[in-house]
Amino acid sequence: MNDFTPVLLMFLFVAFLVLFMLGLSLLLGPKKKSAVKGEPFETGMVPFELPGDRFSIRFYVIALLFIVFDVELVFLFPWAAVFRQLGWFGFAEMLVFIVILALGLIYAWKKGALEWE
Amino acid sequence: MALDILIVFLKAVFIVLTVLTFGAILTWVERKQSAVMQDRIGANRAQILGLRMIGLFHILSDAIKMFTKEEFTPERADKFIHMLAPMLSLFFALVTFTAIPFGNVLRLGGKEINLQVAGLNASVLFVFAIVSLGVYGVVLGGWASENNYSFLGGLRASAQMISYEVTIGVAIIGALLIYNTLDLQEMVRYQGHMYLGWIPRWGIVLQPLGFLLFLVAGIAETKRVPFDLPEGESEIVGYWVEYSSMRWGMYMFTDFIEMVLLAAMTTTLFLGGWQIPWLAADGFHFPWGMAIGLPHVVVALLQVGAFFLKVVFLLWFQMLIRWTLPRVRYDQLMRIGWRYLLPLSLANVVVTAAVLLLIG
Repeated sequence: MNDFTPVLLMFLFVAFLVLFMLGLSLLLGPKKKSAVKGEPFETGMVPFELPGDRFSIRFYVIALLFIVFDVELVFLFPWAAVFRQLGWFGFAEMLVFIVILALGLIYAWKKGALEWE
Repeated sequence: MALDILIVFLKAVFIVLTVLTFGAILTWVERKQSAVMQDRIGANRAQILGLRMIGLFHILSDAIKMFTKEEFTPERADKFIHMLAPMLSLFFALVTFTAIPFGNVLRLGGKEINLQVAGLNASVLFVFAIVSLGVYGVVLGGWASENNYSFLGGLRASAQMISYEVTIGVAIIGALLIYNTLDLQEMVRYQGHMYLGWIPRWGIVLQPLGFLLFLVAGIAETKRVPFDLPEGESEIVGYWVEYSSMRWGMYMFTDFIEMVLLAAMTTTLFLGGWQIPWLAADGFHFPWGMAIGLPHVVVALLQVGAFFLKVVFLLWFQMLIRWTLPRVRYDQLMRIGWRYLLPLSLANVVVTAAVLLLIG
């Protein structure tokens, strides 16, 4: 048996469970459509505009920073797994890597990318 | 072969049903523990033939209510994704338990059963990969509703989740350096040793800062108080405002299951998993010389019990935090994540690595 056969089994079982929950709910619940109910929820007012045109630039910046540090994380995981074998050499290499990224974080910080006020 | 698959299937059913039960009971605990902490009586009205069971039937009545309410989709919404998003959330939350070891190897009739649904050799990576995918349920749900509030809520939630995901990942690197493996089962085995006969070699002893960072970032990742800005129950309109019935229930349930997941991961990484102090494969060996012999099955069951006991303790602790601390502001949330937790966790990695090399 492959290592990932149990994973597949689990996926199938959970998928079945989730679909079953939704199916049961669709089956048992009432269905009463109305024009007012179909409107987007907006504290009783007719919506002025729909979302999707513009949103705050800060979310982009956070997403960019996330990608940078998530990639760092991807490198840290295998390094941690073979850390004992690599010794001081691996430590120095990773220190350089972490320091460069920390400098990046400090740069973003000083540039005000982390400001939300 | 068929027997192997049956065993795996039984393990999967066991862990999923256990986690779902934990999630269901947590909906009751959430109300009852807050009541106890605030000197109220709390939910106690649901009854069957006059039997009230300190409000436990509320779980049942909630489930019936959610199944029999209307599954409502807004006119302008993307119908398919609107339906898919909550299912994704719940699916990814449940599937993570594939890799969590809830017990040691159990020997039954010549068969060795690893009490972990899938014995992957990189189970930490598996858990983190699936947890990252959980963001999709939130952001797609907020986007597909075509509603300004849920759109903003989805954005806020995803920004929060990805911010703390970085910290949560870096925070455990220190522990991984010590365990020198990516296999959760191996990590738990490593934590079985005792220092000086008295101090268990658990992650919390070796990595106190890592434990703290992991717990804080984890609570933020599960979107619970004090970091519950994406949903905020009665005050903040969040990403699930256009959801009703069971699809809303799935989002709510995902939250509780993520709480269980955080508790299970913290237990595995930092609280010794299924390890019980002084319990070896053949029974207890206390440092003062006493020994109690136990059969293999009893030891295995005790270890499974210990794992779930630790999970329950952490759930109680999370609930305690949830009803004690006030909510942070969004700018504070981002400041805590990027300016304090992330540099601290990076420093933790460097210091841990240096110390490990110095002591050999």
